[in-house]
Amino acid sequence: MKPIVNDFSIQVATVNGSGSQTANSVLLRAIFQMGIPVSGKNLFPSNIAGLPTWFTIRVSKDGWVARRAVSEILVVMNPETAAEDIAAVGPGGVIVLNDGIKVPPIPDDRFVYRVPVSKLMEPITTDVKLRRLVGNMIYVGVLAELLGIAEQEIERALDAQLGRKPKALALNHQAVRAGWEFARAKLQKGDPFRLERMDATQGKILIEGNTAAAMGAMFGGVTVVTWYPITPSSSLVETLIGYLERFRRQREPAADGAAKDGASRATFAVIQAEDEIAAIGMVLGAGWAGARAMTSTSGPGISLMAEFAGYGYYAEIPAVIWDIQRIGPSTGLPTRTSQADLRFVHGLSHGDTRHPVLIPSSVRDCYEFGMQAFDLAERLQTPVFVLSDLDLGMNLWMSEPFAYPEKPWDRGKVLTDAEIAKLGKFERYRDTDGDGIPWRTLPGAVKDPRGAYFTRGSGHDEAARYTESPEVYARNMDRLAKKFRTARTLVPPPVVEDATGAEVGIIAYGSTHWAMVEARAALADAGVSSAYLLVRALPFTEHLERFVRRYRRIYVVEQNRDGQMADLVKLEVPAEAAKVRSVRHYTGLPVDASFVLDAILAQERGAAPAPERAPVAGGATR
Amino acid sequence: MTQPVTPAAAKNRVGLTRADYDGAKTTLCPGCGHNAITAAIIQAAYEAALEPDRVAKLSGIGCSSKTPAYFLGSAHGFNAVHGRMPSIATGVRAANRELLLLGVSGDGDTASIGLGQFCHLVRRNVPVVYIVENNGVYGLTKGQFSATADIGSTMKSGQANRLEPIDLCTIALELGCGFVARSFSGDLKQLRPLLKAAFAHRGTALLDVISPCVTFADHEGSTKSYAAVKEHDAPLHEIDFVPYFEDIHVDYEPGTTREVTMPDGSHLFLKKLAEDYDPTSQERALAAIVEGKREGKLVTGLLYVHPESRPFEEELALVEAPLAQLPLEQVRPPRAVLDEIMEQLRTGKGLTAAAGGG
Repeated sequence: MKPIVNDFSIQVATVNGSGSQTANSVLLRAIFQMGIPVSGKNLFPSNIAGLPTWFTIRVSKDGWVARRAVSEILVVMNPETAAEDIAAVGPGGVIVLNDGIKVPPIPDDRFVYRVPVSKLMEPITTDVKLRRLVGNMIYVGVLAELLGIAEQEIERALDAQLGRKPKALALNHQAVRAGWEFARAKLQKGDPFRLERMDATQGKILIEGNTAAAMGAMFGGVTVVTWYPITPSSSLVETLIGYLERFRRQREPAADGAAKDGASRATFAVIQAEDEIAAIGMVLGAGWAGARAMTSTSGPGISLMAEFAGYGYYAEIPAVIWDIQRIGPSTGLPTRTSQADLRFVHGLSHGDTRHPVLIPSSVRDCYEFGMQAFDLAERLQTPVFVLSDLDLGMNLWMSEPFAYPEKPWDRGKVLTDAEIAKLGKFERYRDTDGDGIPWRTLPGAVKDPRGAYFTRGSGHDEAARYTESPEVYARNMDRLAKKFRTARTLVPPPVVEDATGAEVGIIAYGSTHWAMVEARAALADAGVSSAYLLVRALPFTEHLERFVRRYRRIYVVEQNRDGQMADLVKLEVPAEAAKVRSVRHYTGLPVDASFVLDAILAQERGAAPAPERAPVAGGATR
Repeated sequence: MTQPVTPAAAKNRVGLTRADYDGAKTTLCPGCGHNAITAAIIQAAYEAALEPDRVAKLSGIGCSSKTPAYFLGSAHGFNAVHGRMPSIATGVRAANRELLLLGVSGDGDTASIGLGQFCHLVRRNVPVVYIVENNGVYGLTKGQFSATADIGSTMKSGQANRLEPIDLCTIALELGCGFVARSFSGDLKQLRPLLKAAFAHRGTALLDVISPCVTFADHEGSTKSYAAVKEHDAPLHEIDFVPYFEDIHVDYEPGTTREVTMPDGSHLFLKKLAEDYDPTSQERALAAIVEGKREGKLVTGLLYVHPESRPFEEELALVEAPLAQLPLEQVRPPRAVLDEIMEQLRTGKGLTAAAGGG
């Protein structure tokens, strides 16, 4: 049998709260350390303990990191889903089975390895709870032996995870060894799947998007962070708290006797709010007073923030709001991914409200937009939303290391006393520069009485005075529209890959990018050459129209039911709307390349949408 | 050269006249209790020598929330959305701990739509002088009951309120508020020293000021009409406030007066009336409110004061300088920190995994 090297997926089916997280990350890290491109996707329930969880590790010599629809290797640790999980393994697949689990007969063309997990744990510990928790390490050892992971790589990964807990480390190490020795002595390797060392991960990091976003916020100089716990956003703020506590405290002598002499003081405030309305209110208060303030949430929290978002737009207050999208509507599937908040966030609030939206597609974008969002919010004096998602935010991604910011920050148009004295007056909402962006002053930072103004969400004139004048109202709204046109020149431009001679242009954004990279290679193999535009922000920059005009058929690929980005593209280039086609994936699972490939090929060949993917109504031409 | 005919207006300790504390002209109904409170704020700010550039005026939505435009015109102001002034205040204070926050809200804004935010502001002890201009009705939407309307109080149409009123002072006391006062817009002699004491408090200071609505709640049958409030007002004490920059030149007869020292060195003198009320006891304060209600009296005065309460910014252990004014080098960690984190992410060492949930 021809070996299949570094190109397959392993799915571990367990129960959440059973300690499988450590086992899975040890496995993933060990493969990463072997220089093999790897990615991990955690499919978890909205629950603390006892419900099914699947962790998928994809190894790909080509460097593909998107989810795959199928896994070749299955580890069965959950009796409840065992039959279903096994049924999903195709011919030639591998099943590592905890032999304490009763399963229906498995066809002969699958490779089955039965592992007596409980028996192997017996000599390791008498503690029943520990046996269950550490038992997951048995399959790590078994897979290491079957696939060819060197023992020292497992040890290194284990040491990195548990190095600070010597007892746990020893116990886990024993369990790995037991699995490894059992496999070596008792199992007859028959399957073709192998891991072999490569040199494709040297210097790279493994990181979740939420961690990257937290780093961006810290290096971007955030000073006020507010939040209300919600999956899948919480880990962003929790990681940020960890970083701020560690790297953003100062020792300073007590000035007022309030703190003990030499006690550390924070250069940041983190406030867990009573709800998302308060969270964004605090951000607006802080932004108004001149702090770099942010909050992070997910769909339900965004819904609650609507009123204040409009206030921020109309009163022109900088704010940064992260939306780590999960799938709605309503509570939806709280632990599943989507890109369905796009249009809602873009126009969040009543009235003619528009917000700039940054859309990271990679962990590096999360880091960089984490900083850039503050510059933009302060430059434009408006709330800036960053639209990430659960897949990007909570899964581990490989990346080149992040670069230290070379540029200082941009605090935008803020007047000082000296400048007010020179100007002789100050009008908060006067467009003195022709870009729609007025100047502001910060409370407590100017002494000149002419520098004060009254901020309101009601109608106001250039001097921030209350007015109901129709002319002044319209003039102000026109200026805000002009400011939004200025935003087009300031937001991150898309990544464009033109293709000479291609008829097909593909537009995607956010985490969909990774399935697109892979799908485009497959499309090329199938004879379809494609150009590509990765949207990284709203409003669109000038690049979009040029791209849409240049190619004959435009596919917009996204993870929502209604083709929200496709609609925005059509609105942006109405004359070309007829050529825009929509490919939509909305199961809550991250989109996979084969889905995109099938959907685009079906339309390219004039066929109907692929019927075998019943839950996903992708591929429709509208 | 002719000399000016009008004598120069008196200036306070920071060189400002009383007129320097004025704002825009009021647009509220003539005779509105809120206008009297605005005048009291202006006078108190002048006497306490507040520096307008160190003050941020905040409000929510409603008649009362319009009033920050009518005082301290040379201070920054923030008229927020309905019921959400507390979150704005919390953010402003986090960004700049040096600002004196002067918040004006109403009973609808605080006790109905904003009750949650109000409670959490008090819990966090965010330093805000929180003035509720309480008239028991929604004035701006023409006279609907608010959550502070008393049982049996009637609308202009004669319809009576049947729901239990929310007592904001009771709630504030329960939540550990360190400065709880109730007053009446018709008793400026009481309100002014209370305001000045609130300016000196470090933490949330609640002033629930009954302020009759002349248009929608000043009729017979309304328990918050001028006549009704005047009749039932039962002050706990007479209040004198002596700021830290003035000498105490009044002698009080021993046993007649309680003295409270505020953190900035100001003094409050509470001259006893019917009883020797102890404003440092939460239990006594709660009891006084309940007893007053039972006897149909509106108990006013400084219900409770705890000058040593620990403010929000100390709980957060913030640096002395306002966070909003920290330079880049204090908020962007050096390159070595990025290198350290990158090394962790490369090796997996020292990382803490974030777990999922629902």
